[in-house]
Amino acid sequence: MASVGECPAPVPVKDKKLLEVKLGELPSWILMRDFSPSGIFGAFQRGYYRYYNKYINVKKGSISGITMVLACYVLFSYSFSYKHLNTYHLAFLTSEHERLRKYH
Amino acid sequence: MNENLFASFIAPTILGLPAAVLIILFPPLLIPTSKYLINNRLITTQQWLIKLTSKQMMAMHNTKGRTWSLMLVSLIIFIATTNLLGLLPHSFTPTTQLSMNLAMAIPLWAGAVIMGFRSKIKNALAHFLPQGTPTPLIPMLVIIETISLLIQPMALAVRLTANITAGHLLMHLIGSATLAMSTINPPSTLIIFTILILLTILEIAVALIQAYVFTLLVSLYLHDNT
Repeated sequence: MASVGECPAPVPVKDKKLLEVKLGELPSWILMRDFSPSGIFGAFQRGYYRYYNKYINVKKGSISGITMVLACYVLFSYSFSYKHLNTYHLAFLTSEHERLRKYH
Repeated sequence: MNENLFASFIAPTILGLPAAVLIILFPPLLIPTSKYLINNRLITTQQWLIKLTSKQMMAMHNTKGRTWSLMLVSLIIFIATTNLLGLLPHSFTPTTQLSMNLAMAIPLWAGAVIMGFRSKIKNALAHFLPQGTPTPLIPMLVIIETISLLIQPMALAVRLTANITAGHLLMHLIGSATLAMSTINPPSTLIIFTILILLTILEIAVALIQAYVFTLLVSLYLHDNT
């Protein structure tokens, strides 16, 4: 009989969750993940349902469930316009970030 | 100043690939479906809203017109969510692109007109001449009515594009004006109020969706069922 806390047979690396993988096994864990289109789609689906069931699909869901999504959307769009906000215009002699910093 | 102002309307790209596709696909994530009768709060509110609008919209159609109800309800939901998401800072609104609005307007209008012409030719052609016109005016009026018919899809598309684009531009302008005035002349909080009011009025972009779908509906109804 195996003692308490000892696994009778070792779990294969690729079935472990990320937090259970040891640091030395990390490259082999990454390589063994399913990167096919259906695998990536499955990952998105799992992530979506994990968020949905935790924050929205509850008896007394609050507005924060959807506000977090919108906040992430704002940050995502900001990352798209970051490059343009940082370009230095010769005509104004500043970038948009510097101009906004001046008013604070 | 010019390039700065219109920069938010450039379609975003990731290494040259259109990320606008991702942004257009984002609103459906906010509208979950469910297979249960009693759901969580988000789905309940959304279903209530959809029931309200669809009943209001499809009440005036007969059986044949109501076959379009799925198309029209999804249209109004799409345009409403897309316009409202565009009010968030730094976000990209796909409905500011004329190409997308034309792609929405032309097939729907053409479908309605062709359906009307196929089922009742006489009724469809009768639209070109209003009742009780004096005889000498008839040729001119037919031309005018034809032009007004052919211009309907363009009007639908350009109306939506122009309204949303103008609203966004105004918000940008007034925002930057407020920032400039805050150092020059602090008591000019009136401009800040103007921004707030403008933002609220811009949430009547949702009313614009009403306008869009409603005009579409009216045209569909007239062509199909009269």
